[in-house]
Amino acid sequence: MSGSNRVVVIGAGPAGVEAAITLSKYGIRPLLLDEAESVGGQIFRQPPKAMSDRRVASELYGFDGSKAVKVHAAVEEALGVGVEYKSLATVWSADQESIHYIQNGKSECVLWSDLIIATGAMDRIVPLHGWTAPGVYSLGAAQIALKAQSVLVGDSIVFFGTGPLLYYVAYQYLRAGAKVKAVLDVSKRVGARMLLSFTSGGSDILRGIYYVSYLKAHGVKVASSISPKEILVDDQGNAAGLKFLLSGGEECSISSKAVAFGYGLKPETQISDLLDLSFTFDELFRYWVPQSDGECRSSNERVFLAGDGAGVRGAVLAALTGRRAAYVLLAKLGIQPPVAEVRQVSAEIARAQGFRLALERAFPFPAALAQTVPDDVLVCRCEGVTAGQIRQAVDVSGEAEINRIKAFTRVGMGRCQGRLCMSTAAEICAAHNKMDVRAVGRPRGQAPVKPIPLAQLGRQL
Amino acid sequence: MTKYDVAIIGGGLAGCSAAFHLARRGARVILFERGRCGSQASGVNFGGVRQQGRNVAELPLSIRSRTLWARMTELVGIDCEFVQSGHLKLAHNEQEMSELEAYRQAAEEWGLKLDLIGTSRLRSEYAYLGESVIGGSLSPTDGQANPRLAAPAFARAARRLGAEVREQSPVEKASYDGDSFVLEVSGQTYVADVLLNVAGAWAGNVAAWFGEAVQETVMAPNMCVTEPLPQFIGPNLGVCGGGVYIRQSAHGSVVFGAGVGVADAEALRARPLAAVTAEAAQLAIELVPRLRDALLVRTWSGIEGKLPDSIPVVGPSEIIPHLYHAFGFSGHGFQLGPAVGVVLSELALDGETPTPIDGLSISRFANKASVSRLDTPSRSLFHGK
Repeated sequence: MSGSNRVVVIGAGPAGVEAAITLSKYGIRPLLLDEAESVGGQIFRQPPKAMSDRRVASELYGFDGSKAVKVHAAVEEALGVGVEYKSLATVWSADQESIHYIQNGKSECVLWSDLIIATGAMDRIVPLHGWTAPGVYSLGAAQIALKAQSVLVGDSIVFFGTGPLLYYVAYQYLRAGAKVKAVLDVSKRVGARMLLSFTSGGSDILRGIYYVSYLKAHGVKVASSISPKEILVDDQGNAAGLKFLLSGGEECSISSKAVAFGYGLKPETQISDLLDLSFTFDELFRYWVPQSDGECRSSNERVFLAGDGAGVRGAVLAALTGRRAAYVLLAKLGIQPPVAEVRQVSAEIARAQGFRLALERAFPFPAALAQTVPDDVLVCRCEGVTAGQIRQAVDVSGEAEINRIKAFTRVGMGRCQGRLCMSTAAEICAAHNKMDVRAVGRPRGQAPVKPIPLAQLGRQL
Repeated sequence: MTKYDVAIIGGGLAGCSAAFHLARRGARVILFERGRCGSQASGVNFGGVRQQGRNVAELPLSIRSRTLWARMTELVGIDCEFVQSGHLKLAHNEQEMSELEAYRQAAEEWGLKLDLIGTSRLRSEYAYLGESVIGGSLSPTDGQANPRLAAPAFARAARRLGAEVREQSPVEKASYDGDSFVLEVSGQTYVADVLLNVAGAWAGNVAAWFGEAVQETVMAPNMCVTEPLPQFIGPNLGVCGGGVYIRQSAHGSVVFGAGVGVADAEALRARPLAAVTAEAAQLAIELVPRLRDALLVRTWSGIEGKLPDSIPVVGPSEIIPHLYHAFGFSGHGFQLGPAVGVVLSELALDGETPTPIDGLSISRFANKASVSRLDTPSRSLFHGK
């Protein structure tokens, strides 16, 4: 435990790294905690140091290769100088005084004065028949396998779901030599008119168009407005493809050795929750986010929010909000960064935000799909709770509040701690009880943030 | 205006059980719960269904409750995951062993049979235990249940029998007008002949409304649970002198606790503390070394009422006729809950109960400080302890 209270940044993705470096430039030496082995977060995830990975940055990160190199280099430079960076440091609990994290197999504690939360986002899925079979991956997991481990999840893959990541991961797999059998989107096709409505900051859209063209040019079947029916499973129980409906209602099956799917991302909010921050419901994304004043301030004057952990907006905005969070915190500490810089970052955020929202609107979360998960499909794979059991609990108890349904059914009580299942469970409860999903409430965060072996908790003084 | 036979303040396990048993006997009953039934101490506790180790003043109530736990399906429609897993209380030294032997003799007088286990038997039959314990006392008829299910199950069963159960309905004020109880709830007034104060950590406030200030404090158990593991523990485990307690549920997860978290009775919040969780993990590993590699998946807490002598108040008010209290279970009320409900229903309708509860009377906290507007001569009879 350090002697005096520290400025702490949690998460070393684009937002956390930018925040930490900005603080260090103005004489604050923050403690940067991250659970991964190296900086970069999910988007700029690096291969393990022990691997002699010879892939160049452009192969690993596509168009963002040079940005990734910059992020990695900037942190390397700041390390040991302006930023105290701890890798493989998993934060498992936080309260108003202290942050507890596991490092080198034991629990450490730091007393904090101010905190920037940059915990990023994770995959959002909607269960369907076959989703627990070996060979089924979330889009994010498929990307980790490729980026960090240099392996493909299978030699032939069907990708489905929605969101920018769908096309990006499929493109990365194709580039890595995988046979991409199809890329199937539940959202409507992004038409020319919508593209025209993106008046500024359109580089992401241009990339999207490039990915789609590239996929099509290499013989990949790309379809929009599909409805997934089930993940096909072979005699051994392994994933064998996808059965789905085309936009016209025609049933199709495509076989593959692996399936990767996801419906955008959702913020990782457990630490914000443990700190009792106020939350608001984001209508567009249909998830709860820690309340922010638009300038990275949370409901707690000592806690600031940056990056996807405060609402998914992508890597560009993550870095920008990381810098702004640092500026706002510096101002609070009586250190005034140059006004021009502060103005510039605000202007860039405003520009990027408008565009990014338009992009996200094109790929809405398929709430109807979540609401209609068939009764016999497992929603919570950790605890073996089906959609039918959740609906039955609503019927029997006459309640739909999500924490009560969790208490009655064990949905969300397993090793993933509800991070994968609870948004679907909430949609199911709300739809079954004919109420707005906001009214079923927000799953309460409970420490540990990630499961921890008891021995690592050790004895604390 | 409807006049109720009985009004109940508090939708914990005791209150919901009381509502159920009153409705069963045809009483017109209304229950007010400030949040959700069973969402505080009744729903977040360890889940031990334990008679062993209780203060003898609680034993008759506890033994009666045990008979109800075995009948949950018949009573409320679900078994609440009650399992007769037994309870093994462990000793670290010979002195604790002799304390266990003394307790065994005391409990036998009430009909609770305990089995003392020496070191060699402990090592062979409970080989998974750490070396720090040398023997123990097994209570074969004890067990465990799922706290999250019990109070809501009683509430539902009570509703089915016609009881009115009002959730999200904090009672703002209650008074006795010399004939009936008058309750103010969300701008409405309710009148009842009998009032049951089973408001848990808030019950001390309710008692104070009637001039019976009791020094009730709040506590928050620091509960932890692991991922599900293959069955290997058997009986619930406890240790002499308190400390860690452990049970493995039928589902496989290992629930354990030690120490307390933080409770804020005003904000209705309780939460575990990381340092206490770490200490509990350490104690759990010392008692059951195999737990060292188990994953901790969740910690939680809830608000409980605690009294200075760590046993509850159960019984009539000593000031107001037809007012009955049951609160301050001090961290071990879950097992008692079903029987407390029956006993309260008997007190409310018959004015007496066959279960001895004399040692739990509120009179043991003779309250000199408050002056009751309804002080009666008989009150002095209850004082003096």
